[in-house]
Amino acid sequence: MSRADVREAGAGRRPNPLWALGLLRSELVTTVRRWRTLALLGVLAAVPVLVGVAVRIETRGGGSVGGGSGEGPAFITQITNNGLFLVFTALAATLPFFLPMTVGVVAGDAIAGEAGGGTLRYLLVAPAGRTRLLLTKYATVLAFCLLATLVVAVSALIVGALLFPLGELTTISGTRISFAEGLGRALLIALVVAASLVGVAALGLFVSTLTNSGIAAMATTVGLLITVQIVDQIPQLHAVQPYLFSHYWLSFADLMREPVYWDDLVKNLGLQGLYAAVFGSAAWARFTAKDISV
Amino acid sequence: MAPYESDDAVGAARDDNPRSGRRKAARYGVPVAVVGVAAATIGLVPALADSGDPDLPRISAEQLIEKIAKSDVQQLSGTVKVSTDLGLPDLGGLEEGLLSGAGEDGSGDGSSADPQAKLTELVSGTHTLRVAADGPDRQKLSLLERGAEYSLIHDGKDVWGYDSKSNEVYHSTTAGSGKDHRAEPPATPKDFADEALKAVDDTTSVTVDGTAQVAGRDAYKLLIQPRQSGTTVGAISIAVDAKTGMPLKFTLTPKSGGAAVLDAGFTQVSFAKPAASTFDFTPPKGAKVTEEKDAAPRHTPKHGEDFAQGFEGKDGPKVLGEGWTSVATFDTGAEGGLPTGSQGGDLGGFLGSLGEQVDGKFGKGTVFSTRLVNALITDDGKVYAGAVTKEALVKAAEAGK
Repeated sequence: MSRADVREAGAGRRPNPLWALGLLRSELVTTVRRWRTLALLGVLAAVPVLVGVAVRIETRGGGSVGGGSGEGPAFITQITNNGLFLVFTALAATLPFFLPMTVGVVAGDAIAGEAGGGTLRYLLVAPAGRTRLLLTKYATVLAFCLLATLVVAVSALIVGALLFPLGELTTISGTRISFAEGLGRALLIALVVAASLVGVAALGLFVSTLTNSGIAAMATTVGLLITVQIVDQIPQLHAVQPYLFSHYWLSFADLMREPVYWDDLVKNLGLQGLYAAVFGSAAWARFTAKDISV
Repeated sequence: MAPYESDDAVGAARDDNPRSGRRKAARYGVPVAVVGVAAATIGLVPALADSGDPDLPRISAEQLIEKIAKSDVQQLSGTVKVSTDLGLPDLGGLEEGLLSGAGEDGSGDGSSADPQAKLTELVSGTHTLRVAADGPDRQKLSLLERGAEYSLIHDGKDVWGYDSKSNEVYHSTTAGSGKDHRAEPPATPKDFADEALKAVDDTTSVTVDGTAQVAGRDAYKLLIQPRQSGTTVGAISIAVDAKTGMPLKFTLTPKSGGAAVLDAGFTQVSFAKPAASTFDFTPPKGAKVTEEKDAAPRHTPKHGEDFAQGFEGKDGPKVLGEGWTSVATFDTGAEGGLPTGSQGGDLGGFLGSLGEQVDGKFGKGTVFSTRLVNALITDDGKVYAGAVTKEALVKAAEAGK
């Protein structure tokens, strides 16, 4: 796979502002066309199918999920009422691990993969500058966050529509909303979930600037993700937990309350912004000062 | 080196220039500065937002109590944060069985949407609740959980409990369940304040303790302190909204000091009429609906009122003593003393290890201590409980025998 086949556009001495867009487009296409990315998206799309079929089989006799004990990911018991809830269940099931793992793979590979493949120096020959290259890489990772979330959501919506009834739905507060409003909330939830991955993407990008090995960067990012998730579960460490990027991830469920409970959602988005600022600027500091010898 | 650097001024691209190394190191100052700014913001904003105690006209304690009594808030919606720290180990529903002295555990055969089963969760930890009310006939109380919610909706003669986690519905009608059936369990600062104010008599000192800001509203602080010794209650502080007279925050601190045993306060409140749809409830398709008459009959004291019993002992049990040192007593009828019931064997030893064995005229018994309530369960099945010290409890039990 040639990562450096797109650099002919930046021939002039003064970079054309549109050139950055061209770079972004080529990065996006390169990322999405990669077999690895397609495999990750395929795994993500399979999760709602698995959940939907499992719930369908379990409730075929009219029983409730998990014997009504309320075990399992959030919203799972409501799937039988309304297929739209499969979207929320699938996002709740993938957000703790699958989604950030795929983001970690893509973000970890962003710089380190180019360096490891020997293509980074060619990228830098083009007069885009390191800052702009880094921004493009980050934008690509963010676009992947959105794409991955939408793949889960759309797959869940299709499976939910096929296997379960649709229509008016009951929010978790017990009030009823129309299907159109439910769809709107599903879209909003997908956007919030995608935004929840902004922090992990910045962290992965920073790790990616530290090493020349793509595999090492991916493993470190995913390892950090697992560590943070474990720390978030230890009650004795509650003092640091509000500052972990994953702490408010499941707050997207608050969008299904009526009225919406914004406190944790706002905290989540603020925390993601903070992680993006800290690790984004750290990645910038590292990348612009780094010796690119490979 | 670094021949590909093109972002910087000419000088910075040369690594052999000693100044450029420093300049590059300085870039790490950006993330450090971001962390610093964020830390300062997190640290300072609450301090700045706390704009000091509001200036309100002076008011006497009597006037303030009257203001609470006259308060007639019909319409409100808001968010309440309730923190309870009884100093108990986290036993989930078990501690409720332990406190009420009856062996029945809420999770037995009933629906998980049964309000009595659900609100035991409020006994420990921090919870966020939402309340909405529109007149005496329409109220809603929601317990916000992680990714789920439990709602108790009172609309006219219907009382619905909806547990979104298990998708179960509990339904009862107020007409069929007697007058004293409370649609709303005590969870708001007002409920706690009402209970506390009932205890106000000559054994109590009541003062106005300045003013405070609660949920963005100006409030007076009413301080209630027991005059009697022997109680574990240190002080009760109630923040009362200066305009409406509604209690906005209730804090109960134990005599032993430390964190509040019970802290319930609005974090956000509005006195506008809530949307009518808030109180509409139709059981969702596929939800399991339990009617009250189908549910197993219960004779346990109402959950959530154990706090009230702590300083008052309102219904059911007999009350020994008066004021703050009153002790509630009732007979569980369970031989062997401990509230074992069906959970028997494996729990017996565990409960024993939590308590302390005592002897007295009442025979042998076990005292279970929390930071607020002490309970004595004798071997012949009698329970004595109150917000009193262990010594006072044993004395009351001996006197009551």
